[in-house]
Amino acid sequence: MVPCQMSATGLCTQPPGAHWIVSATDPKPLASTIVRDDEALLVSAAKGGDTTAFEELVNRYERKIFRLGMNITQNREDAEDVMQDAFLKSYQNLDRFQGDSRFYTWLVRIAVNEALMKLRKRRPNQVSLDEPLPGTDGDDSVFREIEDWGPSPEKKFAQVELNEILNSVIGELDPIFRVAFLLRDVEGLSTEETAQILGISVAAVKSRLLRARLKLRQKLNKYFRRSESK
Amino acid sequence: MNCKKVILELTSYLDGVLDSTMRIDLEQHLSRCTDCRMVVDTTRKTIQIFCNSEPVPLPEDVRKRLHTALLERFRRNAKTT
Repeated sequence: MVPCQMSATGLCTQPPGAHWIVSATDPKPLASTIVRDDEALLVSAAKGGDTTAFEELVNRYERKIFRLGMNITQNREDAEDVMQDAFLKSYQNLDRFQGDSRFYTWLVRIAVNEALMKLRKRRPNQVSLDEPLPGTDGDDSVFREIEDWGPSPEKKFAQVELNEILNSVIGELDPIFRVAFLLRDVEGLSTEETAQILGISVAAVKSRLLRARLKLRQKLNKYFRRSESK
Repeated sequence: MNCKKVILELTSYLDGVLDSTMRIDLEQHLSRCTDCRMVVDTTRKTIQIFCNSEPVPLPEDVRKRLHTALLERFRRNAKTT
């Protein structure tokens, strides 16, 4: 995962526009000599027909897009389809990309739409992107389960077990909250980018994010509370 | 500031985008309200745990199929142009 930076309040944040560095041991070294940070140059070259440049964009983002697909759909086959469709569609429609956002943001938008379509096909009556009615999914239960977690609650679990817990609780979230949380807190996109991708206001992103964070906190409470013995 | 207002401002506070007057007000409330302090602390830890979680690996067979599909698309496009 992208190394997180800590904000003033102790949260990990990835600044907009940040790219990860592939290690020297990366099994697929890049063919192009274009520097990794210069996404706009790669996009421009790809638009001009340079398939190597497009492949470099794929190499750069394939892991992130697959992870996003997995996290939204919770299914490996769906995540593979999401990743393939996102890259093929972005390649096919590259001429329509105007460059008024990062290419990555545009790519994520395509991937999110593909992933949500998968969810809708799987559960047509359960997946809605409409805001829940006030009071049906509110935060009035915030103060029901308040317990201390201790300094490093995640260390109570082995890595595999922890991953299962995290997958399970995020899978229980309503998709509209899940996607906002994943884009903002896991993928490290800014609130503005998240709003752009989801086609909603910044205020709506903040509202969904608050509810997602509180719900996840509540769901994790039973695993991480100090009184819980393994 | 009361407990309800703390929850409303929680996301802005944790993201470090709360204006300084409001932040001081909120932190004063936290210094005397154990419940709010624990909600803030455990919500912060929730985000950190997800942020620091191990990335889902991209299986090599999945990656190969992606690149095969791309090459096929490149070839098809080259034929039509």
